[in-house]
Amino acid sequence: MKTVVKTDTETATATPEFEKAALRQESRRGLFLALPAYLYLIFFFVISLFIVFIYSFATRNRFGGTDLSGWNLDSYARISEPIVRDVLFRSIWLAFLTTVICLVIAYPFAYFLSTRRVAVRNIMLVFVMIPFWTNFLVRNFAWRVILGNNGPLTNATEFVGLGSAELLFTQTAVVLGLVYGYLPFMILPLYAAIERIDRRLLEASRDLYGTGFQSFRHVLFPLSMPGVIAGSILVFVPSLGAYVTPEILGGAKTTLLGSYIVTQFLTARNWPFGAALSFVLMLVMLVTTIVYFRKGGRTL
Amino acid sequence: MTSAVELSGITKRFGDVVAVDNVDLSIADGEFFAMLGPSGCGKTTTLRLIAGLEFPTEGSLSIFGQEVGTLTPDKRPVNTVFQNYALFPHLTVLENVGFGLKMQGTDKETIRSRSMEMIELVQLDGLAERKPSQMSGGQQQRVALARALVNQPKVLLLDEPLGALDLKLRQEMQLELKKLQRDVGISFVFVTHDQEEALTMSDRIAVMDDGKLLQVATPEEIYERPANRFVADFIGQTNLLEGTVSDAETVILENGISVRAKNGFTAGTHVAVSLRPERAHIQSQGEFEEGWSHINGSVETVTYLGNALIYGIKLDWMELEVREENHPGVELHRPGAEITVSWDPEAISVVSD
Repeated sequence: MKTVVKTDTETATATPEFEKAALRQESRRGLFLALPAYLYLIFFFVISLFIVFIYSFATRNRFGGTDLSGWNLDSYARISEPIVRDVLFRSIWLAFLTTVICLVIAYPFAYFLSTRRVAVRNIMLVFVMIPFWTNFLVRNFAWRVILGNNGPLTNATEFVGLGSAELLFTQTAVVLGLVYGYLPFMILPLYAAIERIDRRLLEASRDLYGTGFQSFRHVLFPLSMPGVIAGSILVFVPSLGAYVTPEILGGAKTTLLGSYIVTQFLTARNWPFGAALSFVLMLVMLVTTIVYFRKGGRTL
Repeated sequence: MTSAVELSGITKRFGDVVAVDNVDLSIADGEFFAMLGPSGCGKTTTLRLIAGLEFPTEGSLSIFGQEVGTLTPDKRPVNTVFQNYALFPHLTVLENVGFGLKMQGTDKETIRSRSMEMIELVQLDGLAERKPSQMSGGQQQRVALARALVNQPKVLLLDEPLGALDLKLRQEMQLELKKLQRDVGISFVFVTHDQEEALTMSDRIAVMDDGKLLQVATPEEIYERPANRFVADFIGQTNLLEGTVSDAETVILENGISVRAKNGFTAGTHVAVSLRPERAHIQSQGEFEEGWSHINGSVETVTYLGNALIYGIKLDWMELEVREENHPGVELHRPGAEITVSWDPEAISVVSD
């Protein structure tokens, strides 16, 4: 690749100018290759997001339209209202709960997976991904059947004499549904992280008088931190903004942020407030993600 | 005196594969003990059995008289220096060294002072806060040693401890390990595939092949009186001259000539005479030392090593390798020269399969 700049076959002694020009051309070529992705994101993501951002400072007029004059922070101020605050905290709490449950369930499974033969691992990974083959909406309705009256779950609890377990339209149902929906997003990064860890480090820990649990706590878990962080973010962020699952499995009492925002746009026709809520949601996600990475960065 | 490590009838199977086959072995306290053999011979598995990283299929394993065959590694008074060290990448040198003490619930002050002491002993002062990835191979090696020795194990196990180092560093570390072992006074059991390393460092060597223990002896004995053909061939260089035992003093070689060779085999046994390259001597044809065995041949190749010359000698029925030290005034034989190979009958050994 000596003739980066000159396209003819003429060669000459190398000069600093030639080297600089060659490097410039190399970096231009990189930009050119990345251009489609940049354009796509700028056009469909950054611009639309910017519009939402502007709307969040606008005012709703009496007819449900939006006046784009008279900028104010009224919509953001409404977040301190008890109803809105409750929705926000409930959403954060349920997303947190979902993340923790996913982590607790996924970790042993991911570890188990990493100890299997490669052929077995691949088959089991396919099983983890099979649910994605069915539409997310359909799967949520399936949960409605499972949890609903006269569903398999209530029949089972009645059969063993625990009475009818009425889970549908409760927060528990929402968490169950969210855990189910996002569990693969926890398993896959955890598995990828655990699989890379050198097994001999665990042997070394055992050799150095570590019990099985100590080896997990001081060696396996810290070393799998990148997977824990990636998995937690991949579960927490969509859980926080979840719309479909809470709508289908949650009741009216358990309104979450996703549904609340949709209501603002469609039913209440208060676009500025909906836009402001969207940005608050993004802010919460951003802060948790940063905190998480910081924390993870320290342990690594 | 009870042995530091005692294996009796130890067998380890992985499915149908017998990795360690009915091994009896006794390692004395304070001994520098090498387990030597080609890869896959079962030496590492034997070490892992002692460490508790594998459980034996059959047999008894004791450390200072205490049966430990079924105990997990954390319950055994031994520590291991792993191949490629297996240092914890997320911990500093100090934390790596202090790991064993921490797991045992030692208080923080003691952990710190003993770890620092040990880091000094292996000459890593000032590097305590580094991560393993910021250190050279030789330094990592020292961390691994310190991490094991800080726990004051009764026996230290080392799995190819010098395998990842370059030649010069390896030779330095050989001497240093030997010195360290004398200083701490416990037995070191180390696994290697490098026969030179085993000969240099050990008090005794166990040679293994195919899961079986072939010979356990001092380096001199292993080299001078190998137990069988495999040991003779594996330890150092040798020429194996096939033949048949005639009586306790004589072996008849393949080509029909008989040579003097003291042996303990019955007449008619198929054996090989092991003639080390440096034990043979070549002179112009017809010249040889009084009382030495001799065969005529011709020089085929000469390799100049600086300190020595390696001759490839063609005999009527086989080829030999002969090493002559490059003394001043040594007679140089050119390829094609007709010569006589001779050797002191006391300098050979007779081995069978």
